[in-house]
Amino acid sequence: MLSVTQERSVIPKLKQEVMKKMVEQGVRIDGRGLNDYRKLSISVGVVKTADGSSLVTLGNTKVIAGVKVEVGKPFEDTPDEGALIVNLEIAPTASPDVEPGPPDENAIEIARVVDRTIRHSGFLDFKTLSIVSGKHAWFLWVDVYVLNHDGNLVDASTIAAVTALMNTALPKVELDPSGNIIKIDKSSRAPLTLNTDKLPLTITHIKMGNILLIDPTRDEEDLSDGTYIVGVAGGNVVAIQKVMGAFTRDEINYMINNSTNQYARLKDLIINAMRNPSTELKL
Amino acid sequence: MGKQPPVPLLINGRRSDGRLPNEHRPVRMEVGVINNAEGSALVAYGNTVILAAVYGPREVPQKHLELPDKAILRVRYHMAPFSTSEGRKSPTPSRREIEISKVIRMALEPVVILERFPRTTIDVYIEVLQADGSTRVTGITAASLALADAGIPMRDLLVGVSIGKVSGTIVVDLNQLEDQYGEGDMPFAIMYGRGLITLMQADGEWTPGEIGQAIEMAFKAAEQIYRLQKDTLKSKYVESSISLLT
Repeated sequence: MLSVTQERSVIPKLKQEVMKKMVEQGVRIDGRGLNDYRKLSISVGVVKTADGSSLVTLGNTKVIAGVKVEVGKPFEDTPDEGALIVNLEIAPTASPDVEPGPPDENAIEIARVVDRTIRHSGFLDFKTLSIVSGKHAWFLWVDVYVLNHDGNLVDASTIAAVTALMNTALPKVELDPSGNIIKIDKSSRAPLTLNTDKLPLTITHIKMGNILLIDPTRDEEDLSDGTYIVGVAGGNVVAIQKVMGAFTRDEINYMINNSTNQYARLKDLIINAMRNPSTELKL
Repeated sequence: MGKQPPVPLLINGRRSDGRLPNEHRPVRMEVGVINNAEGSALVAYGNTVILAAVYGPREVPQKHLELPDKAILRVRYHMAPFSTSEGRKSPTPSRREIEISKVIRMALEPVVILERFPRTTIDVYIEVLQADGSTRVTGITAASLALADAGIPMRDLLVGVSIGKVSGTIVVDLNQLEDQYGEGDMPFAIMYGRGLITLMQADGEWTPGEIGQAIEMAFKAAEQIYRLQKDTLKSKYVESSISLLT
């Protein structure tokens, strides 16, 4: 499987010039400053058939994450741990240029960045997923669906995956004395044990000329000269992915610091949103 | 995550293979190793051995992929089934290999002057022949040499360097054991002559201070490898011009 240079969407020359001129003066075409996120809304528990779910709207980007839990056999090298599997699909509803089919390299890359950010954050202790050491453990399947693509899929997807996990409750497992499963009771559930001090988030910067800005729209992504993602949990960096372009050391220092600064505000927004779960699925 | 290494990764400031934290494994490189390719290179970082071969600029087989204003790059990072120390690796591309192929392409795109060859493709094939950690960065060093060997115009040479964290210490050039059991890794691709970073990834937990230290260490190692790349390319052309004279 080859990775191939992709054609970028064409933005009318006039709009390009306006966007670039505005950014040089510190404002963006949608009125935001360079360091502002778009409006974020989160509705958890919107998919009744999932064990945990979350719908995230970031500006016009819409992403839904569903968690399904299954009992599986722990991996040999980690007998006391369960597992986390993150997948992402960009649904053909998301934009006119998406063709139906298995996840392409972009979807795989986003899923793997989200996965690494959660995995290394300390947010989820994999040992809490163990049922019987070496025999049974919970496997958490997190499927992220991009429903509408208006840029910054990574940050929206991380928020969706994390809040869906916060909404996830594990069924009660009844065991016999030798550790065999007698019954999985889906009507009696306990929430996942999560450490919200280490809540994982990603912060995406793009570069236009030599100006750095966060939370890009699709048009801004199509005009950008570089993309850089930082995964943050608590005060530390838990993942980095330079996606596109070339960066100086100064630019990288700025983006790392700015990401850890942005983190606190985003995290408060998310913790607040968790307080009122939704009752129905509305886009 | 709870996995204990079979041997300690750091004792009295020495790593499991006896190296100091800032000590790179021996680097070996040779260009022009594949007769049929436009350019090629074999690069070893210790026991990690990677082949890169470049074909093109040439016609794009799938016409709809060609671009009117520049060449496209097609990159594949692939591990040979016998290249890993554990069981046979399936030759089918894994999600890991698909992601690595993409990040390597994104590391090379700012370096290659693609505008010089509109409507063509430049194909870069990276084959991991023997893996002992740091395969993507060794592959990048090899790909850059193969592109230069093919005579494709570039803005700089590109050097791959990996940094990691073992037992709380920042180290350069991870081996397999450190990659598997260390607390974090951070691969880089560096355009050393221009001071630019075109690949940077990380996993594990890092303080902003440790990241600064990692970047510093990566640039120090890159300087040495960058020199070796230049010497390797120069010596090939000296040899071939001598053979033309005699």
